Amino acid sequence: MLKGKQSWLFPNHPVILSTGVSGGPFEANGYLAHDFDILHDDLWMGKDSYEQAHRLLLEEAAQTALQKSEVKPEDIQFFIAGDLINQITPTSFAARDLKIPYFGLFGACSTSMEGLALASFLINYQGATKILTGASSHNAAVEKQFRYPTEYGGQKPPTAQWTVTGAGVALVAANNNQPNLPYTTSATIGKVMDMGISDPFNMGGAMAPAAADTISAHFNDLGRDASYYDLIITGDLGKIGRETAIALLTNNGWDINPDKFKDCGLLLYKENQPVQSGGSGAGCSATVLYGHLLNEMKKGKYKKILLVATGALLSPLTVQQKETIPCIAHAVSIEINGG
Amino acid sequence: MANKKNKQKTPQQQQYEQLEKKFETKRPVLKNCIKAFFVGGLICTIGQVISYFYIYFFHFTEQTSGNPTSATVIFFSMLLTGFGIYDRLGQFAGAGSAVPVSGFGNSIISAAIEHRTEGFVLGVGGNIFKLAGSVILFGVFSAFVVALVKTIIMELGGL
Repeated sequence: MLKGKQSWLFPNHPVILSTGVSGGPFEANGYLAHDFDILHDDLWMGKDSYEQAHRLLLEEAAQTALQKSEVKPEDIQFFIAGDLINQITPTSFAARDLKIPYFGLFGACSTSMEGLALASFLINYQGATKILTGASSHNAAVEKQFRYPTEYGGQKPPTAQWTVTGAGVALVAANNNQPNLPYTTSATIGKVMDMGISDPFNMGGAMAPAAADTISAHFNDLGRDASYYDLIITGDLGKIGRETAIALLTNNGWDINPDKFKDCGLLLYKENQPVQSGGSGAGCSATVLYGHLLNEMKKGKYKKILLVATGALLSPLTVQQKETIPCIAHAVSIEINGG
Repeated sequence: MANKKNKQKTPQQQQYEQLEKKFETKRPVLKNCIKAFFVGGLICTIGQVISYFYIYFFHFTEQTSGNPTSATVIFFSMLLTGFGIYDRLGQFAGAGSAVPVSGFGNSIISAAIEHRTEGFVLGVGGNIFKLAGSVILFGVFSAFVVALVKTIIMELGGL
């Protein structure tokens, strides 16, 4: 149901039946290692290329999600996912093996919530009963495409961020009153914002206005404010983007409690890991939400969260042609009963 | 170009830029310069030692020892790149490890390693000078311009 200008309500409460989360060596050394189902100790993961390893991450996460809920791929109507690589080949190639009808998405690092919002909408209105949705990224494969070779000794500025190696997949299903499962209640689709930042090593600063705009729109459309949620968590704004987004929201008159406004990219890694301003990438919000955050919700730590995944819609070509960075953010609210 | 860009920015964008700047972590320029000075200096000292090595043991002169010295430094930087050490040194030292000839070696070998999965011809061959190509192009071009200027001055009667 459309609510306000750009938000959907899901009155039938589609549930997240199960999730699968895979990660790489850097994530295994981070804070949230115990929230990953599968961790690899090598970026190659036994494959011949980083791109194949990228695909493996997504396949493993999808298989894990299916195994946990004992659902066969034939019983799933749609697979809605994406990644950052040219023509989203890792996701499309994984979809080839899954043999589930497939929507390929590109929303850069906002893909996870773009997928979850669409999956929830389809299920809420009987367009499907089970949908697999997710996002993934692989540090070396993404760096290869967007930046310099991995072994190149260039110095990254403190505003740079670290692309997450990982995939997060959720199996979204129609609500049959299953107990203690998280469910989606609403989504807000963001518009593309460009505030004139052109430095590709400062994505957080570029994406903060998109996050703030989507959060404001969410509050306005649904008549809520920040106090409705136990936690508002952005995808990969990093240190700079998070602080800027809080300032923007405060300037817009919203009362934001910084303790309840977190960022996925800042949760993943320890202080001694050289990630500069925090984690980023399509896999960032997907692994943290489908792993850590849903686990915390099931433990009863949070009852209502709003996940705002932010994406920078740039390409290496537009950076070289000195274009500014257009950004987007999509928000999905997730709640859980009991605890 | 930068000025033209700033004029194109809407007042809203300029206002945001000011706000965002407040939260931006600044590059520690002075610290970076000091680190670059010492690491770059150390690499050059090692180069000097290698150069003396060639002069004393292989009878090179001060003029001719340059070539084998650069080759040796590049060889070691390639080893360090292959073992995954040079990129960490680069993050620490910045220009200190990028400017000496070892940085040139690193830019070539890192691109070669990166594109090995696309095959030897189109992958390694096509991409090996991805980063170093412009160094070679503009290096040769500036040498040509300087030589041209020198020749013209000499022809006009010299200094």
